Amino acid sequence: MKILVPVKRVVDYNVKVRVKSDGSGMETAGVKMSMNPFDEIAVEEAVRLKEKGVATEIVAVSLGVAQCAETIRTALAMGADRGILVETDAELQPLAVAKLLKAIADKEQPTLIILGKQAIDDDMSATGQMLAALLDWPQGTFASKLTIEGDSMTVIREVDGGLETITVNLPAIVTTDLRLNEPRYASLPNIMKARKKPIANMKPADLGVDPAPRLTTLKVSDPPKRKAGVKVGSVAELVSKLRNEAKVI
Amino acid sequence: MTSLVLLEFDAAGIKQPSRSAVAAAQKLGEVHALVAGSGLDAAAQAAAKLPGVAKVLVADSPALDHLLAEPAAALLLALAPAYSHLLAATTAVGKNIMPRVAARLDVQPISDIADVVDADTFVRPIYAGNGLATVKSADPKKVITVRAASFDPVPAEGGNAPIEKVSIPDLPGVSKFVSAELSKSERPELTAARVVISGGRGMQAGENFKLLEPIADKLGAAVGASRAAVDAGFVPNDYQVGQTGKIVAPELYVAVGISGAIQHLAGMKDSKVIVAINKDEEAPIFQVADYGLVADLFTALPELAAELERS
Repeated sequence: MKILVPVKRVVDYNVKVRVKSDGSGMETAGVKMSMNPFDEIAVEEAVRLKEKGVATEIVAVSLGVAQCAETIRTALAMGADRGILVETDAELQPLAVAKLLKAIADKEQPTLIILGKQAIDDDMSATGQMLAALLDWPQGTFASKLTIEGDSMTVIREVDGGLETITVNLPAIVTTDLRLNEPRYASLPNIMKARKKPIANMKPADLGVDPAPRLTTLKVSDPPKRKAGVKVGSVAELVSKLRNEAKVI
Repeated sequence: MTSLVLLEFDAAGIKQPSRSAVAAAQKLGEVHALVAGSGLDAAAQAAAKLPGVAKVLVADSPALDHLLAEPAAALLLALAPAYSHLLAATTAVGKNIMPRVAARLDVQPISDIADVVDADTFVRPIYAGNGLATVKSADPKKVITVRAASFDPVPAEGGNAPIEKVSIPDLPGVSKFVSAELSKSERPELTAARVVISGGRGMQAGENFKLLEPIADKLGAAVGASRAAVDAGFVPNDYQVGQTGKIVAPELYVAVGISGAIQHLAGMKDSKVIVAINKDEEAPIFQVADYGLVADLFTALPELAAELERS
């Protein structure tokens, strides 16, 4: 079984990103970039399936600027076999990403595509579901456990009230939630080995996809600031303030 | 211009996040509401009572129970031609279904809107809520999920809309519901509660969440948790408040033993009043708290329970 794992290069999750002073977007110049944390979980799950003998090949795909090759290298160091970089400087929104990934899936014919449930930059949480729709495959989103048996897969999903178990026919899409696994750190020998693994390079036009964005960002503003509060000295003072000042209890 | 809102419901009626989605849709014009599944009489009646709903569509089929993404998206696609906007709440259900609908319509979904500017323009949080982006859609039809915490829900009663059965399109059978393991609680749901009390890594163990219970009982609060507490296995996943968990905006949010990581703040910083109890006075949670108490939670929580009991 071949597994495709799309990986996105995003601002590192530890960085507190600020709005640009001209309101045109977020300040991302010179900021540390990393693989989207949910995509790390996706790569880890694919590698575990290969280690269990369920998967035979893992292809990591990234879309965007040339530096996305570094994100692919990270996936290769974790255990993916080869990479595909769809290089463009243009802004890619989830619909365009889903179309590009569909074109790659049509060529690669994977049985399973594992994606992060959301990217921590645009917080859209849409690409996996959209790719499933374009491929006309079923989807197991927000997965906290998956089990593959023959041509079907059981997915335990994190839903609002707890957990939900579904089965889907393969081929299928999975999007990862936090509790699916804990991603490994790549070892130094594996980082060295990853340098020799192949990364194919292509452009959106090679895949016959027009990636033009459908949403225009008119402005980005700061969220309302909370004013600094007060420290209280005791539980009794806290309760009194909540009752008499804030009037919320 | 008419919007269609996919409603979620349970035995108690139409869920609050869906009623917030109706409130958002009202800013766009006429609102129709959709309930799907089987045995829908009570749900349809409840939907018809929502003020501002002009018509309730009922899609009655056991294949739509549990609102699996594949059949639910097929249903919405069949209904889509009559509508300018398709909406659902930003819940596990809405997030699962709506992008699937959007892709088939060749439109870019607009996820988790926090405000409606006009029929094409919406405000949505990005980067864990560190920015609020105003985005304008060029697509002829809009597919939207609604951040429930940003819209006051319409009341459960007051309307009297006509109910209409819709014909069921071919529904794909590529997925199957097996079971659900839902947390049982007498407490209000996190996203609907007036008061939320959450525990973090500082709680040290799952059994210590018991310390929150008498306080939650007294305040009628829902109990939540930080990602750290869920990852550590103290409480189940559905307790998680944060960027990738539940977004809450209660009247009062009490954060206990929570340091205040960016991704947690993203899930609760729109709360009206925030209280933080933490023994580390440098914890970032104090920067957003209206009232901060630097204290050991294992002493402070029993004291708080006793103080609330006394008065």
